[in-house]
Amino acid sequence: MLYEISSTTLVEWSRWQFAMTAIYHYMFVPLTLGLSFLLAVMETMWVRTGKEEWLHATKFWMKLFAINFAIGIATGLILEFQFGSNWSNYSWFVGDIFGAPLAIEGLFAFFLEATFFAVMFLGWNKVSKKFHLFSTWMVFLGANISALWILVANAWMQNPVGTEFNPLTARNEMDNFWEVLFSPTAMNKFFHTVTSAYTLSACFVVGVSAWFILKKRNLEFARKSILLGSVFGILSILATIFTGDTSAQDVTHTQPMKLAAMEGLNEGGNGVGLTVIGFLAEDPSLPSTRMKTTRYGIAIPKLLSFMSYRDPDAYVPGIQNILDGYTSYEGITYPSIEQRMANGNKAIEALTSYKQAIQEQNQEKADSSLQILKENYGDIGYGYLESPYDAIPPVPLVFYSFRIMVGLGMLFVALFILSWWYAKKRKFEKFRFIPYLAIACIPLAYIASQCGWIVAEVGRQPWIVQNLMPVNVAITRIASGWVVTTFWMFAILFTVLLIAEIGIMVAQIKKGPKMG
Amino acid sequence: MLRRAWMLYYDGLRNMPRWARILCIIIVCKLLIMFLVLKLCFMPNYLNTHYTTDEEKSNHVLNELITKP
Repeated sequence: MLYEISSTTLVEWSRWQFAMTAIYHYMFVPLTLGLSFLLAVMETMWVRTGKEEWLHATKFWMKLFAINFAIGIATGLILEFQFGSNWSNYSWFVGDIFGAPLAIEGLFAFFLEATFFAVMFLGWNKVSKKFHLFSTWMVFLGANISALWILVANAWMQNPVGTEFNPLTARNEMDNFWEVLFSPTAMNKFFHTVTSAYTLSACFVVGVSAWFILKKRNLEFARKSILLGSVFGILSILATIFTGDTSAQDVTHTQPMKLAAMEGLNEGGNGVGLTVIGFLAEDPSLPSTRMKTTRYGIAIPKLLSFMSYRDPDAYVPGIQNILDGYTSYEGITYPSIEQRMANGNKAIEALTSYKQAIQEQNQEKADSSLQILKENYGDIGYGYLESPYDAIPPVPLVFYSFRIMVGLGMLFVALFILSWWYAKKRKFEKFRFIPYLAIACIPLAYIASQCGWIVAEVGRQPWIVQNLMPVNVAITRIASGWVVTTFWMFAILFTVLLIAEIGIMVAQIKKGPKMG
Repeated sequence: MLRRAWMLYYDGLRNMPRWARILCIIIVCKLLIMFLVLKLCFMPNYLNTHYTTDEEKSNHVLNELITKP
């Protein structure tokens, strides 16, 4: 009992620590991804037209970019430290699947971002205009390619493809790099994440510019920035919506439980509607407290079926259907979770027996154990679950986060259209609610971004690697007090960094661009 | 070429505005805290500190995989 309590505490604290670090880290990342593009466009406009106003705009936004970049740099390394200290089983188990993309990311981050960032930031009047512009575009490219590798690694955790488990080393080994890189999950994740980061950056540019409008300062600079930011924002949010739709289709196939949790859908069926808004409540008639009932729900009929399979009458399973086993729209039969737990137990027993056979040098036993392991490996993670209901993620957190993300996305569509229209007509300042809305959308864009990650990562629970490894198997068995201590150390470090970033950034925004 | 690259960094860093200098100090402090304090004292790589060979690490993880938590 004592072991159970400390083990649960350890898992929970390890998860909280990783979540907190990832949330803080991702506060710095999206602005780097999107603002670098806007900088490159502004500088291109300066090089092409020779208009000084574009140069001043570039230098102003570059200053804010540099603050964000400098404070955020290397914060992701703390996540890598945690892999080695708190998640050692996971880190060994995933082997080169994680190592290879992260090593490539390190090289790109170092050579492209860091090198060209120095030229971009320090090289004014020291290198030619064209080389400076080239460096700015390289910073954009480097940041986005870095993101690709990180997201490929993350996508593999959601949909482990292109690998084979080696029972001798206890590692997954990559047997098809291209399958890992170009899996639909990886592509959807990359494009959805970067386009949402561009949306956040557009909100930032429009919001900061709106502040200048309210203060009646640098009006022409602010108007130009709003026009550029809102056009970029409209394109980015449309791309985010499109890639969100394709991501949901991918989740339908690879993580149906996550989709059911996003919808709070207990019983699926044909022609299932999409819940626009609703409240989740406890329901004693449901078999598990992990399942909730939607109250006061407003749904668009058949939309979930349509979004999942492009057929308004398609069958979409709910949580209970997944627990009981079901036949998908494509005709694939999925066994019940209980059956998958039995398969998982067979895989774990086969792994045990394989290990013994190797030690005893019994080749026949090793071969038969390996055969059983291979047949059941796809369900090995289920063997660690104590109850089928353990396969259900925290539904309310996923359900509400999804709705906040989508709702805010719709708000950003309205913001960008209004901003573009009124900035173009030179009436932005006359409707004072628009600048205020634009400023409010800066923190809201960060909230939407974080909610997206909560849907992706909490919706995957209990898995750290989908179907193969639950979080409680992935952790290092160290004292939970140690994890608690480091949790607070990281919390303090990141909070100080965030306060520093906001403080320096606000001071530089107040100074404004140097004009003329 | 090398001299120009050196001068870019040298001049650039020497002539940085105050806010950029503050940023540099923050970066250096952050990296020192991360690598010298957090990584060395609080976040060592568990497998590397407890096992020396890959075989030992594999055995440890295999035991973890076949022993249910």
